[in-house]
Amino acid sequence: MHNFNYHRPNNVADAVTALGGAGDGKIIAGGMTLVPTLKQRLAAPSDLIDLNGIADLKGIKAESDGITIGAMTRHAEVAASSLVKSAIPALAELAELIGDRQVRNRGTIGGSLANNDPAADYPAAILGLGATVRTNKREIAADDFFQGLFETALEEGEIITAVHFPKPEKAAYRKFAQPASRFALIGVFVAKTKGGIRVAVTGGGNGVFRATDIETALAANFTPAAAKGVKLDPADFNGDLHGTPEYRAALVSTMAARAVEAC
Amino acid sequence: MTTETGIGAAVKRREDFRFLTGRGTYTDDINRPHQAYGYILRSPYAAAQITGIDTSKAKAAPGVIAVLTGADYDKGGLPCGWQIHSKDGSPMIEPAHPPLCKDQVRHVGDQVALVVAETYAEAKDAAELIEVDYKELPAIISTAKASEDGAPQVWPEAKNNICFDWHIGDKAATDAAFAKAHHVTKIDLVNQRLIPNAMEPRSAVGDYDRATGDYTLYTTSQNPHVIRLLMGAFVLQIPEHKLRVVAPDVGGGFGSKIFHYAEEALVTWASGKVGRPIKWTAERSEAFISDAQGRDHVSHAELAMDKDGKFLGLRVNTIANMGAYLSTFAPCVPTYLHATLLAGVYTTPAIYAEVKAVFTHTVPVDAYRGAGRPEATYLLERLVAKAARDMQMDQVEIRRRNFIPKDAFPYQTPVALQYDSGDYEATLDLALQMSKWADFENRRAEAAKRGKLRGIGISTYLEACGIAPSAVVGSLGARAGLYETGSIRVHPTGSVTVFTGSHSHGQGHETTFAQLVSDGLGIPLENVEVVHGDTAKIPFGMGTYGSRSLAVGGSALVKAMDKIIAKATKIAAHLMEAAASDVEFKDGNFTVKGTDKSIPFGQVALTAYVPHNYPITELEPGLEETAFYDPLNFTYPGGTHICEVEIDPETGITQVVNFTAVDDVGRVINPMIVEGQVHGGLAQGIGQALLERCVYDEDSGQLLTGSYMDYTMPRADDLPSFQVATHGTMCTHNPIGAKGVGEVGAIGSPPAVINAVIDALAPLGIEDMSMPATPLKVWQAIQSAPKKMSAA
Ligand SMILES: Cc1cc2nc3c(=O)[nH]c(=O)nc-3n(C[C@H](O)[C@H](O)[C@H](O)COP(=O)(O)OP(=O)(O)OC[C@H]3O[C@@H](n4cnc5c(N)ncnc54)[C@H](O)[C@@H]3O)c2cc1C
Repeated sequence: MHNFNYHRPNNVADAVTALGGAGDGKIIAGGMTLVPTLKQRLAAPSDLIDLNGIADLKGIKAESDGITIGAMTRHAEVAASSLVKSAIPALAELAELIGDRQVRNRGTIGGSLANNDPAADYPAAILGLGATVRTNKREIAADDFFQGLFETALEEGEIITAVHFPKPEKAAYRKFAQPASRFALIGVFVAKTKGGIRVAVTGGGNGVFRATDIETALAANFTPAAAKGVKLDPADFNGDLHGTPEYRAALVSTMAARAVEAC
Repeated sequence: MTTETGIGAAVKRREDFRFLTGRGTYTDDINRPHQAYGYILRSPYAAAQITGIDTSKAKAAPGVIAVLTGADYDKGGLPCGWQIHSKDGSPMIEPAHPPLCKDQVRHVGDQVALVVAETYAEAKDAAELIEVDYKELPAIISTAKASEDGAPQVWPEAKNNICFDWHIGDKAATDAAFAKAHHVTKIDLVNQRLIPNAMEPRSAVGDYDRATGDYTLYTTSQNPHVIRLLMGAFVLQIPEHKLRVVAPDVGGGFGSKIFHYAEEALVTWASGKVGRPIKWTAERSEAFISDAQGRDHVSHAELAMDKDGKFLGLRVNTIANMGAYLSTFAPCVPTYLHATLLAGVYTTPAIYAEVKAVFTHTVPVDAYRGAGRPEATYLLERLVAKAARDMQMDQVEIRRRNFIPKDAFPYQTPVALQYDSGDYEATLDLALQMSKWADFENRRAEAAKRGKLRGIGISTYLEACGIAPSAVVGSLGARAGLYETGSIRVHPTGSVTVFTGSHSHGQGHETTFAQLVSDGLGIPLENVEVVHGDTAKIPFGMGTYGSRSLAVGGSALVKAMDKIIAKATKIAAHLMEAAASDVEFKDGNFTVKGTDKSIPFGQVALTAYVPHNYPITELEPGLEETAFYDPLNFTYPGGTHICEVEIDPETGITQVVNFTAVDDVGRVINPMIVEGQVHGGLAQGIGQALLERCVYDEDSGQLLTGSYMDYTMPRADDLPSFQVATHGTMCTHNPIGAKGVGEVGAIGSPPAVINAVIDALAPLGIEDMSMPATPLKVWQAIQSAPKKMSAA
């Protein structure tokens, strides 16, 4: 790890100022992704702006049409929240599947979204539920937020403040964990929302995406068999040691079917 | 008096309080005054020429004390402790192994420079400023392809990358057996390379004392005396009386901490050069590319049978990957710890095995939990399972038909070993009963209703451990003896300190050895302290590996106790005015036979140190004895492992739903520790069968499984609750009767798991599965299976 300047603002405005004033500043939230990157010297920011002192970014609130989760809310809090469990149980279940206990006690929803790891779990829920990402500047719809491998719509100096989830009619998440890392080899989030059926897939390629073929099949017939019957094109999937494109493509249909079954 | 803590008692491990509360002292916990820190710059290439190194910027960096490269290193290379001769009588190729590379690097992670600085961070920062010019060369990675013509050469002196081409057994007799065979079953197997991953990464602190000229090395070792011998005599030329090696608490070894590593020599050497103690501790990712790795065999085997499934002959051809250099014991692993085990528990009369060892541009391979015996067991038990299917015989029946009967011991195999004892039917019967083998088909049918493929697999294994008779291993190429030492110091008030040459790095010796001595001397357990891991305290020691600690190290303690009791008996006889021959020792008391005259051990101890009333002309005062114990034979644990799996055909995921292990480990001193050792071994064996695999990129030689993101370690939720039992026949040639338990779990289990996977998939017409049986591989096998799921 290289040396850096450390800032611990207690409100978002000061965090934005600190970030703007730094030569090559970076936000640190739970540090679960960033700290290993620093230790491996893959990044060497001049300044770290720590969001852990900003009370406004923490916590889970009920809103008229759903729930809002502050960017600095830990995975463990989401998993344990009675508010989340009653409004969107699939989201609490998803949070419980992230990493291990230590990671869940540090990692945050804002950090996970900003990082946009192609095998991360939260992006599937955000996209699957059609959530809205709130920042210090604006609101970004899930469909616009994720822009490929570790890329998001966030601009320089923009900070995620919260995520708003509309309450779905039904939803479920099924994850097939990569055996070593236990990130998602394939994770599928299925939701029946006001705007229709949404199926979001993580782990498959360069980032989370909607499996529109499965959405169409489920819109006609919301059954596991309908999901299972959709054969996706392996050409759209990644291959690595743990899964060929063919395997990943097949797992999407399988996990989608299981999610439908759990809905 | 000692029944609650003596032999056979499940005493809780005394060391655990210290380990579980963070109070252990590991090498990295040791800090010496004025200590500096070392960072090792490693090769990013698998094969490259070093055309230049510029250290000037690094030397000028803040906090830097020294930057040392191969050009500065003027001492010896790392030695190999075992010499194999090829079929043609020529000695193995033994390339130079300098701790710092000079002009060529031969694997990703090879040592290029040592930076010494005031802090670790400064050393690491400075290492980024070293400019190394590499000319990348083509690399050879594949075990199977290493000796093909045209493959890139690791060493000019090793033509076709062959280190040795060795054989054992009677070729003519084996050919004759095959000529009269009713059926020959053939199999091709890969025993994949593993990365050991001890919980504690390796660490070393070198400390040169300018005032005395003494060197001390603190290191994560399983055998500090062996390190002192190898490093002192062969590498740095420091005489033993000026070199102390301490292996304090060590957090797991599994073989990977047996070997003498470059970093140990480098910190010791550099400490002498800069006049400061130097600490180096591996980062986890560094461990992945610098700890010796395990297994990596490619084998073809053939089994000849008569019409009743009786084994007539076995042929084996193995290629073993040594990596880029010969690690300390590498050559003996695929030869004398592998091919000699190919008889297993069976009466196969003729066996011929050929083993070719090859160099590749990969991290050196050496002993890893089981070392050669898991490879032999996997080969044999996969082959026997396939033979049963070929012959349409029952998996249990084919084994029973070929077992060495229990009245046939001592039993001479056709591959050098002579087994002293065993009862393979007994461990089999118990395992069948515990695993409810007979009801399996009901469980398979029930699982099928849930959409799962259920399978059962068996492995009836044998291994050789308790290594080893020095004269025997000497004749086989070992460059060391393999005895063990034990000293017992009785203090004036009767408490005892035990010094053992064995080293404990998770095995619980501080408990087991204390039980042994407390039981033998009839004194309370809390009056016994066990000391290990320091060449300044212990006379000598060969260390811990090959499940040898109790069988060899424990036997040395028994021999030392015999000497203590013999001397104490004379003292007691003097005190009781009796003839020594009339005095007997039992339960901590010396008694004149046939009388009620008796004195306790403590009183004799006090007399030995306060010799006022003492046979001073015949006997020296004091009560302290040392014994060296050289075993008469290997020991031969064996048993039956039965695994039951369920496969989800949609995802290919395999779950171990039942695992039964019945092991014959000889005398059990502490059943709780034995069970713990078996559990750990099973976790590693199941890890190999289903999860773990070291993968290099075949072209670049980069390690693709270089972290836990891609290297799958077994976790608690990958494992079932094990059913474990022991059924002991005693070892006949050591005074304890112990055989060894450290490795049995890892040796017996992998073929049981894979046989179960194949059994589960058999209804689809699938006949083979390689390790690890990952979800991907199982899914692919199901996709391309001859029969479809619905038909099954
Ligand atoms: C062992 C391990 C296992 C894991 N397993 C999983 C898993 O199974 N599934 C999964 O989804 N994830 C997994 N993770 C990742 C984990 O969920 C991380 O917590 C998460 O990806 C990052 O969150 P963080 O709060 O730690 O962010 P940090 O590491 O602090 O930051 C990550 C990135 O986001 C930026 N950032 C953080 N907060 C904000 C914000 N509010 N606005 C803008 N930018 C911001 C940072 O600048 C940085 O670039 C695992 C991590 C580890 C270490």
